[in-house]
Amino acid sequence: MSTMSESFATAGRLIVAADPNLLHIVALSLQVSLTAVFLAACLGLPIGAAVAVGRFPGCKSLTVILNGLMGLPPVVIGLLVYLLLSRAGPLGSLGLLFTPTAMVIAQVVLITPIIAALSRQIVADAWRDYEEQLRSLGASTPRAALTLLVDTRFSLSTAVLAGLGRAVAEVGAVMIVGGNIDGVTRVMTTSIALETSKGDLPLALALGFILISIVLILNALAHAVREWAVRRHG
Amino acid sequence: MADVLLTLDALRYEAGDRALIRDVSLRIEAGRRTLILGPNGAGKSVLMRLMHGLIEPTAGRILWNGGSGTPVQAMVFQRPVMLRRSVLDNVTYALYLAGVPAAERRTRALDVLERVGLAALADRPARVLSGGEQQRVALARAWALRPRVLFLDEPTASLDPGAAAEVERIIRVIADDGCSIVMVTHHLGQARRLADDIVFVDTGRITEHTPVADFFAAPRSAEAGQYLRGELSWT
Repeated sequence: MSTMSESFATAGRLIVAADPNLLHIVALSLQVSLTAVFLAACLGLPIGAAVAVGRFPGCKSLTVILNGLMGLPPVVIGLLVYLLLSRAGPLGSLGLLFTPTAMVIAQVVLITPIIAALSRQIVADAWRDYEEQLRSLGASTPRAALTLLVDTRFSLSTAVLAGLGRAVAEVGAVMIVGGNIDGVTRVMTTSIALETSKGDLPLALALGFILISIVLILNALAHAVREWAVRRHG
Repeated sequence: MADVLLTLDALRYEAGDRALIRDVSLRIEAGRRTLILGPNGAGKSVLMRLMHGLIEPTAGRILWNGGSGTPVQAMVFQRPVMLRRSVLDNVTYALYLAGVPAAERRTRALDVLERVGLAALADRPARVLSGGEQQRVALARAWALRPRVLFLDEPTASLDPGAAAEVERIIRVIADDGCSIVMVTHHLGQARRLADDIVFVDTGRITEHTPVADFFAAPRSAEAGQYLRGELSWT
């Protein structure tokens, strides 16, 4: 019990004193995950919208696959990206393994299906209401998809934040492709795993607090944006 | 004799193994206000969607202007679909899709909004307007396209009497602008007030196409007579 309260106290001091090591880890985490979310949104939102409004063959199976890929185990993605980027792998010559770029790649693979599957659902629901009106106005299918993405933007922000939450809290993939190298590829989750196994609980706890706070703040922001949007735009 | 606007030739539409429209032939003259009446499930809305091109017929032909090209057309639905943007942008969006040059869109949109009495609300988000106001935006959006034919599918069905009267007034003005009107309604009073001609649809067939006065005085088909007796006993 005393170890626990001591750990909490030290963790609090680390946060209040803005410990440089701690800040560096948090900054790298956010840098990797925000980059990954940005790229995954650029891929996932158009994919989701295309599958929602598209009438190409295989549309239904693509929906099932996307929904299934939402549950991809991070360690397996880590392993696959590791194989791709390792020296003997097809992309080995790029020398990306154990760099933040490798971590971004792994997280993009992990969360693109999440953003695509959630946005497909959101856009498909809106499409049911809009389809006849947009077709009547002569909108092409790509134009309709774009209009729906713009019109459901507030709901889609939830999908993107779900992706960010998953990316920032995920440990398996970044551990494998990043290697948890101090000062280079060490992020919040990998540090927590490492420091806990080393017995350095204060740093692990401080990072844990920050991680939970980030996730909570993101969700609160998403909620606030939607509330505001509904009041403002109906 | 006015020009023939629209000719339906043995039009048929099947969904699954059910025929919703059975070999319908019809001629609508330009400049008329044609109202489609009929019981629920008769195929009125399907017929209108076929005319407007939202769905493809299983068999038969749709001929515009005797085959000399499809006129500009627009449709207003029972529940107006408002995009999550301002009233003005809802109208300019339609103009953009219709290929109207950017410089013209705003003036054209403001002009129709003025005519439906919504110019003051142009910058308001369309989704927060009342149902009646939204339907007027939908009418303005359709009107801005300067259609030669306007399709309306029960446009007043979910509106209160005041809002419905306003919508009727706008439809009349659009018609006076030289636009042909094809409209589905369940409201006999509305049909009497707005129609030049009545098309009566029952179980996927057109049982008659008569001038409005004749229709209400003495419907030619047994189905329409029965419908009118049933409806009037409620009024």
